[in-house]
Amino acid sequence: MDVQRKRQVRLFVALGLALVLATGLIYTSFNASSEARQPTELSQAVPGKNYEMTGKVIKGSIRKTKSGIAFKVSDRDGSGSLPVTYSGVVPDPFREGREIVLKGSVEDGVFVGDKDTLVTKCPSKFSEKKNQ
Amino acid sequence: MAAALIGTRGDRRWVDASRRAAYALFGLMLICVIVIEHAFLTNDFSFSVVANHSSEATPVFYKITAMWSSQEGSLLLWAFLLSVVSTVSLRLTRNRLRDVVPWATAVMLGVAVFFTGLMLLGGGVNPFATLATVPVDGTGLNPLLQHPVMIIHPPMLYTGYVALTVPFAFAIGALVSRRIDAAWIRSTRGFALIAWTFLTFGIILGARWSYTELGWGGYWAWDPVENASLMPWLITTAYIHSIMVQEKRNMLKVWNASLIVSSFALALLGTFLVRSGVLQSIHAFGDSTVGPYFLGLIGVVVVGSTALIISRLDILRAPRKIDSLVSREAVFLINNLLLVALCAVVFWGTFFPLISELLTGTRSTLAAPWFDRYTTPLAVTLVLFTGIGPMLAWRRISWQGIRRVFAIPLVVAAATLVLMLIFTPAAESAWALAVFTLAAFTVSALFQETWRGAAARRESSGRSMAGSVWDLMSRNRRRYGGYIVHIGFVVLLVGVAASSSFEEKRDVELRPGQSATVGDYEVTYIRPTVDRNDQALIFGAILQVDRDGKQFTRLHPTRQYHQVTDGRTRSIETYFDGEATSEVGLKPGLRSDFWTSVEPNTRYIRRRARMADDRFRGLMVVLSRKVRRDPSAAPQVADFAADVMNRTTDKVLELYPQRNDTVTFRVIVSPLVSWIWTGAIIALLGSLFALWPTGLLGRVGARIGARLGDGSEPVAEPRPSAPGPSPEGPPVSAATGEES
Amino acid sequence: MLFVWIAVLGALVGVFVSRPFWGGGATVPENPEVASLEAARAAKYREIKDAELDHKSGKLTDEDYGRIDADLRREAVGILNRLEKAHAAEGKAPASPGTDNG
Repeated sequence: MDVQRKRQVRLFVALGLALVLATGLIYTSFNASSEARQPTELSQAVPGKNYEMTGKVIKGSIRKTKSGIAFKVSDRDGSGSLPVTYSGVVPDPFREGREIVLKGSVEDGVFVGDKDTLVTKCPSKFSEKKNQ
Repeated sequence: MAAALIGTRGDRRWVDASRRAAYALFGLMLICVIVIEHAFLTNDFSFSVVANHSSEATPVFYKITAMWSSQEGSLLLWAFLLSVVSTVSLRLTRNRLRDVVPWATAVMLGVAVFFTGLMLLGGGVNPFATLATVPVDGTGLNPLLQHPVMIIHPPMLYTGYVALTVPFAFAIGALVSRRIDAAWIRSTRGFALIAWTFLTFGIILGARWSYTELGWGGYWAWDPVENASLMPWLITTAYIHSIMVQEKRNMLKVWNASLIVSSFALALLGTFLVRSGVLQSIHAFGDSTVGPYFLGLIGVVVVGSTALIISRLDILRAPRKIDSLVSREAVFLINNLLLVALCAVVFWGTFFPLISELLTGTRSTLAAPWFDRYTTPLAVTLVLFTGIGPMLAWRRISWQGIRRVFAIPLVVAAATLVLMLIFTPAAESAWALAVFTLAAFTVSALFQETWRGAAARRESSGRSMAGSVWDLMSRNRRRYGGYIVHIGFVVLLVGVAASSSFEEKRDVELRPGQSATVGDYEVTYIRPTVDRNDQALIFGAILQVDRDGKQFTRLHPTRQYHQVTDGRTRSIETYFDGEATSEVGLKPGLRSDFWTSVEPNTRYIRRRARMADDRFRGLMVVLSRKVRRDPSAAPQVADFAADVMNRTTDKVLELYPQRNDTVTFRVIVSPLVSWIWTGAIIALLGSLFALWPTGLLGRVGARIGARLGDGSEPVAEPRPSAPGPSPEGPPVSAATGEES
Repeated sequence: MLFVWIAVLGALVGVFVSRPFWGGGATVPENPEVASLEAARAAKYREIKDAELDHKSGKLTDEDYGRIDADLRREAVGILNRLEKAHAAEGKAPASPGTDNG
């Protein structure tokens, strides 16, 4: 009987811990996450709120600035244009016309990227052609 | 196409025939691979896979390996490896497991049918697809992938994934045939360990590639693709441990069955994630066309296996329970829970974009800090239990025994803690400090174990201490191989903790002659360099690094600009339109790595390149007029043009070292990074040690040599050498003898 | 040409796979009951050995070891008895060399 009791207690402790972990995961993930947006959707962005922006680098828009780079992005379909500033490491495949993902927030209509969060999708040049 | 022949045979009941079908599959897949490789080596661009992933200029080594950089090729590789492991596992069990093997064969061939069927019918992923118009030259292999590490990384991971199919298939076989005993575990344990070894190796190679090639200076970013390989690893690690509990104590059967099913499902998911565009990832090389099929297979695996486990609950329920919380099986269970919790965290974080889109309609992502918040405490606890586990015996242990084994490691850990606090800045990061302390605890516990065992051995055998240690270890390979793996794992985590907590990172802009200070080091930009090869222009910088006023090292980070080879007219500017890859300047050290990457300032060179290109185009107009007048002169003119092009390129490049432009450098001083690679190597050696002598090769060799019958066990284990079922096998004989 | 190759390959595979059906030597698998018990026995022997090692290296006190060892041996004897029965039921001599090396 005693052993049975002990086992039940253990089971409850284990389940309780799992529950705590699960709630923690769910709660913090919604808090810590940043919503994914395309440039045109960011026109009504809440200032200061963190977003994950996915867009295409507009041709000829990349400039070097004192603190890093500045460029413009459009939606994947080419519509819209959002100025972006970014400092930190520029990944190797970063180019005009390529799709990027960048975390950051909108300040005065400019998307300010968080340091070192720029991700460039690998160009599909190497795999797209076969579909043609 | 030959692969089509394989499909239908999967379900044939006749065991020998189905086994032979697996052998035949191996033969056919081998032919497929040879055909594709031949096409790559001979530049047969009529194969679309060759045209898209190779080119005339691609080095031979990368031509051979370009196969698996494509989606089609990697599916083919999967299928090929699957045929290898099923052939080996079926060969080894051909006289065993009468009830289990047919089902296991069916499962493995079923998976094989899926992959071959996918290649043939899945749309756009047939590796033998040909192009209507054969291009003159191929696109070339993505330069980012042209790195020795990246070449062995995918096959390693795939071998790991694929090897998981074996324990999975046999587990399903055991469940279906209701033969859930020690026999099938024995026959597949080795494959689980092999899978684990390859996964570990693959993951570490990926981290290494990221560290030395990607130019951002980290080895892990919680990227979906990285996570995809980590999840099966975590679950496989858990499985390897808990399967021992099942083998010894006949417990945790439901748990183990669930683990092996999830690890296989996660392996499929891993393959799927890498090749699909479902989640944003640095590594998503284009969108996949096979996603839905994969999801279908994963669904079938998960639903089918769950139903099977539930229907077999009656025989899976454990007849026994854990005796005591202070026993090795209890610690194994806790470690299992920690590993599964880690996996759950990683899973949730990886798929959060999809989950949140489903729940709230907007896709949200989680970044590295979120992962760290959960994984750090879990990993630290894991280290603690890694130390405790081996110190406890199976079943139960009394307090007196606990005191005896824990005393020394606790003292060592306390001493480490104090020394750390006094002599190092480790106190700045509580978690890192915890890892260091627990690592000291774990390592000293493992050494104490080995030492005491060896001492006991010396007493009875009278050999030297070193001899006794070796004797002890080689007689208990599984146990001590495991210990070595644990030490490696702890060393690795120490490296991770130190490098992530105490890294110094700076981005600096320097002109030649200027210096910057990073940590204890002073970096001076000596001069720019430039070079070119068949495929790329290479801009770099010579850096001198001083420490305490003395020269520490000289580094040469570079950045390569690969020319586009998609049939556009070649010009100097096309180099800058192609891919760029970084070659970091790295000075590894036991205490810390000095890491640098460079972003060359090519603005001036590009302007000059455009001017040169314009003039070259003018020249070409003149030349083509000449060729029109005299077509026979075409070859000479072409040679002349190529020569002019070459010389102009060199001329333009010569300008670069003369410039005095500012260049951006990233400099990282990262303590103990080399411990990560060292730890990984130790862990791999440990698992090799556990697998090696009585492992596959040794067994097969021994069998051929001694004709001992079917001692076909693919598992390393320190077993008494007594043949036959006689109870009088040494050294157990003494034990059983005494009793009667 | 390609078609011929595929036909040849297909025929080869067909012959190879169907060989057991026209009198190739079929494999004789071992008795699953016996195999299962033998695996259990091997595991038990290892457990006994592990406990011995744990005792020698000081992890188990004499008292702990005595108790655990006795338990293990009782279980081992149980398995051996069942194994003997299984062998008898199979009508084979209890010693079939090579089926196991544990």
